Amino acid sequence: MTAVSLAVPTSTYYLVLAAVLFGIGAVGVLVRRNPLVLFMCVELMLNAVNLTFVAFADRLGDINGQTAVFFVLVVAAAEVVVGLGIVVSIIRRRPGATADDLNELKG
Amino acid sequence: MIAQAGEFVGPDVGWWALSPLLVLVGGALFLLVAGAVTPPWPKSAYAVTTTLIAAGAAVLAVIQWQQIRDDGPSLLVGDAIAYDQTSVFFTVTICASVGLVALLSDDFLRRHALDGPEFYALYLVAATGGIVMASANDLIVLFLGVETLSLALYVLAAADRRRTKSQESGLKYFVLGGFSSACLLYGIALVYGATGSTNISGMVEYLQATVPLDRQDALMLAGIALLMVGLGFKVAAAPFHVWTPDVYQGAPSPVSAFMASAGKVAAFGAIVRVLVVGLPFYRDDWRPVVWVLAVASMVIGSVLAVVQHDIKRLLAYSSISHAGFVLVGIEAAAHQAGGAELGRGIPSVGVYLLAYSVMVIGSFGVVAIASRSDDEATTLDSFRGFASRRPALAVAFTVFLLAQAGVPFTSGFIAKFGVIQAAVEERSYAIAVIAMVASVIAAFLYLRIIVSMWMGDADADVGDVALAGAGRSRTWSGSMAIGLAALFTIAIGVVPGWLLEAADSITGYASR
Repeated sequence: MTAVSLAVPTSTYYLVLAAVLFGIGAVGVLVRRNPLVLFMCVELMLNAVNLTFVAFADRLGDINGQTAVFFVLVVAAAEVVVGLGIVVSIIRRRPGATADDLNELKG
Repeated sequence: MIAQAGEFVGPDVGWWALSPLLVLVGGALFLLVAGAVTPPWPKSAYAVTTTLIAAGAAVLAVIQWQQIRDDGPSLLVGDAIAYDQTSVFFTVTICASVGLVALLSDDFLRRHALDGPEFYALYLVAATGGIVMASANDLIVLFLGVETLSLALYVLAAADRRRTKSQESGLKYFVLGGFSSACLLYGIALVYGATGSTNISGMVEYLQATVPLDRQDALMLAGIALLMVGLGFKVAAAPFHVWTPDVYQGAPSPVSAFMASAGKVAAFGAIVRVLVVGLPFYRDDWRPVVWVLAVASMVIGSVLAVVQHDIKRLLAYSSISHAGFVLVGIEAAAHQAGGAELGRGIPSVGVYLLAYSVMVIGSFGVVAIASRSDDEATTLDSFRGFASRRPALAVAFTVFLLAQAGVPFTSGFIAKFGVIQAAVEERSYAIAVIAMVASVIAAFLYLRIIVSMWMGDADADVGDVALAGAGRSRTWSGSMAIGLAALFTIAIGVVPGWLLEAADSITGYASR
């Protein structure tokens, strides 16, 4: 008689985890100042969504949620390419620039 | 038997129906490959090629329009793409924007030593993404379209490597755009969790078959809220508009024109697909939100535009206010979403977007020519006495500004009248009144520019520097784009019948 008191993780656990990760990413975009960190926060949000898709696919017993993840991965990779390109072109002209230094445009 | 089961049967693609997309993508690839392996092309050749590609796609779309009118709409590629008159109307609008913007870019890019096939290839790729957004029948496909458009726009915004402002605008756009895309995607995931499908037809069928009590409303409403945040960012509706002024000001002027026209058209196409086609069962939940977004955009856009000193920022705020007007049309359509009679909402949105695209491209086109070679002479002061220096451009600019103000006998009047009429027909009197008040406030700021152009004395310093730097536009392409835009703006204002008639038929959506 093994009294297993550990709850078996259900898809709800993963959904909550994904929501927390998404929240961390969203707050990070709003409060952090380093362009690279901003960028990682956006990636964190996208990957939280991937986790959500997989959890729902598991719950619904439907393969489409898992295929969606592949599309999102490709998009995230493309976004990294473009984002890093923009960051590099800024840092090259203004080493050590943070989001606060980018303040030429306002009114 | 085993062989039969193992055989993969791909979905029916429908190559003919996808031909405008294929022409645009093929054109982009052609420009990139041919541009890389050949020596620099002669003056204007890239721009003319791009315009021809866009025109070819538009012609194919017009042929399809006739065909759909005869044969009815259908779904393509495993129900992922909708092939109906709505998508074709948006396709034509986006192709027209690309053609005009390519002509504008020609002179501008050469003046800034940025000439090359990359800009034009990115325009074409962005247009493809925009068309996919406006014709998606699957939320994942819609997301792919959003990203195809957005990634191209981030690069375009940051493309002027010599101006730090351009890079700053690119980074700001990238971070906020990535944020909004993630929100949109999370919304898609939650709606998928609630309905078991990312396909719009699948969602509608599920919701139709399920009694309201069995629906997972909490997930669904959270998903709809996130979808609206994501789409609100993309159309630059207040309160999700904060990136717009910075990005429009910093980006090269033709790119701002492209973002304000094709970018906005595509985002509204996506809103129509997601909300009106995909979520009619929740229309009473999302309609008030659209109402608030519309009113906030119109008021904030118009009021803040009045206090701007930079013409590109001013046009950015005015584009926020125009987004509000388009949302008035969406709000009107929401009353009838999912019903048999769809009302005037969506047709008025289509007309508004086409008219607005053309006039905003013209406006930014004039700014692109008038600004000096560093794209900096965009303060309102540098337009004082503009008419005495460049009379023809000043006349065109006056036409565009009057159209944006909604003066009769311009396309802007037809557009604004259409959305307000649609709102009144659905008894949304409050929003109609607010729209009229906002358009009066906005008219003041357009008139302010017109007055300073025609009555103001040229400020010796600003004026002469601006003139010397810009010189006469030495090419026909920019002038031709502005001329065509002005002609269209007036022609629609005087003879609007055919466009309204065409737009009236864009209420039939493809469904299973």
